[in-house]
Amino acid sequence: MEKFITHVGTAIPLRRSNVDTDQIIPAVYLKRVTRSGFEDGLFAAWRKDPEFVLNQEKFRDATILVAGPDFGTGSSREHAVWALQNYGFKIVISSRFADIFRGNSLKGGLLTVILPQDVIESLWVAIEEDSTLLITVDLEARTVSYGDVCVPFELDDYSRWRLIEGLDDIGLTLKQTDSIDEFEKIRPSYKPVTLPIRG
Amino acid sequence: MGKTLAEKIWQEHVVRQVSGEPDLLYIDLHLIHEVTSPQAFDGLRLANRPVRRPDLTIATEDHNVPTQNIDQPIADPVSKLQVDTLRANCKEFGVRIHSLGDAEQGIVHVVGPQLGLTQPGMTIVCGDSHTSTHGAFGALAFGIGTSEVEHVLATQTLPLVRSKTMAINVEGTLKPGVTAKDIILAIIAKIGTGGGQGYVLEYRGSAIRALSMEARMTVCNMSIEAGARAGLIAPDEKTYEYIKAKPHAPEDFDAAVTYWSTLFSDADAQFDVEIDIDANLLEPFVTWGTNPAQGLPLNANVPNPADISNPEERGAAERALAYMGLTAGTPLKEIAIDTVFLGSCTNGRIEDLRSAAKILDGKKISSTLRMLVVPGSARVRLQAESEGLDKVFIAAGAEWRNAGCSMCLGMNPDQLAVGERSASTSNRNFEGRQGKGGRTHLVSPLVAAATAIRGTLSSPADL
Repeated sequence: MEKFITHVGTAIPLRRSNVDTDQIIPAVYLKRVTRSGFEDGLFAAWRKDPEFVLNQEKFRDATILVAGPDFGTGSSREHAVWALQNYGFKIVISSRFADIFRGNSLKGGLLTVILPQDVIESLWVAIEEDSTLLITVDLEARTVSYGDVCVPFELDDYSRWRLIEGLDDIGLTLKQTDSIDEFEKIRPSYKPVTLPIRG
Repeated sequence: MGKTLAEKIWQEHVVRQVSGEPDLLYIDLHLIHEVTSPQAFDGLRLANRPVRRPDLTIATEDHNVPTQNIDQPIADPVSKLQVDTLRANCKEFGVRIHSLGDAEQGIVHVVGPQLGLTQPGMTIVCGDSHTSTHGAFGALAFGIGTSEVEHVLATQTLPLVRSKTMAINVEGTLKPGVTAKDIILAIIAKIGTGGGQGYVLEYRGSAIRALSMEARMTVCNMSIEAGARAGLIAPDEKTYEYIKAKPHAPEDFDAAVTYWSTLFSDADAQFDVEIDIDANLLEPFVTWGTNPAQGLPLNANVPNPADISNPEERGAAERALAYMGLTAGTPLKEIAIDTVFLGSCTNGRIEDLRSAAKILDGKKISSTLRMLVVPGSARVRLQAESEGLDKVFIAAGAEWRNAGCSMCLGMNPDQLAVGERSASTSNRNFEGRQGKGGRTHLVSPLVAAATAIRGTLSSPADL
């Protein structure tokens, strides 16, 4: 995974709450067996509207999505994270993320930043006034800043460390193989197994 | 201080606990399907890693599969590639798979319990958010993303931060015609789509104890719709009885029951939050909007967004009414339906089919709509046919289909057309969920059956 330390970019205001993963990428776009190419499905239904923020020329190069509360609810599809990344987003900011989406994003290197709703309202206004406004997200300092504004955000130390180092979880866990072996020795024998097949 | 059920299960599965890091949790059962697994298997191949425990892993085909002409190759080439990829991956890595045409094929959350692989006290994961279904057995079960699918395939563990716990106490007796689906829709309407975020829900109380195992699965299934990754119910005699005759029931059943009977929240356990629901007051519930919390009793009217004080919710309601093509103040019972869908991991089990068939027996569905009946698994379909339920549905004018996710999500041939309106026993009414431009009202199997007869949203009491 790519290391994430600081990102500077412009942003898109998505003034909607409860943006569920079926809106981020409808099921019909989930049929690929690769991790790339999902940008075509990103907000597919909404992008049919020429006025939709993603279709506005002034936001074309944005890399930060600023959304309403409860972003990423619904399905566990990691394709939602891939679609946002494939499209070019590095960061999503919202006052509340759904748990599974949040986990998927941090594992995949899409930084999800939680800020209070009133800060997001100000951010929306600022971006709408000036679409070229540069926003800095500093993961080391855990701050979002633009103009004279600098607001802190919370992220647990462990997730932050993984993102900064660009570490992949499987590699980290495989270092604990001895602990897993030990655990398996004491697992109760009545726990079910799928093989051999019983009919 | 005592422990909650979720805390007990968690503690029993901790492989490694270090301050400042997530716990490493052992996973007892990993369910796999074609949509969220191909990139995970690819990752294993790239790193030259095996599946650590193929004997704790099982796959089936559900999201993409057609529910008609299943003896023919899958017509959509992209869907076919995804299903073929699953088959090839399972073969290469030694994973058990139940493919289309197999008696055990079906929706992954119907297959696990029917094989007896879902048991109390287990940790169960799947790359599907409705994995919470298995919590009905007193298991800690939750949906994961594809990176986590790969992680479990490689290590049989997951690094996880423990959730908080929420008790949802449902006391009282349900009125006739009120079901598990109405309980969960009412809970979601009460706490909202984000109300369960960060929590494991434990459903408790006399109304929950009175539910059958399959009804409990309906409740736990939709925990995710309240934002909770997992929801569970303490096991009891009904749970043991349900598992007993299943193919993968424990050989030493008594030893298992001895353990299972320790799986309850201690009397002095502290939940982070408690919610009370009065079962006596519940009515058949339907959704009017585009998220599962936008629901009301069937006797209510379409709400007026102007009456909602929270600007965020008001805006969401306005958008929802526009998308749904509804006018504030319209009685929900006057909403005409084009398609009734009975099925899904929420309501596609044999009891769901039986309850709907009982309403439809000897009657005809309205000529103004179509009805799809889609068993949750091929096994459920066979059971229904042995009871003659297929004949009841067909005689009523409904379509009797093969097993799969079908119209719950717009990923296979069963989809709504633009503007088409459904009464659906599934779990999500998001925009476009059942097909681009489709409009979904979530309902119970009883409401689905009554609606099919009357043509507008209805309960059996209206017949």
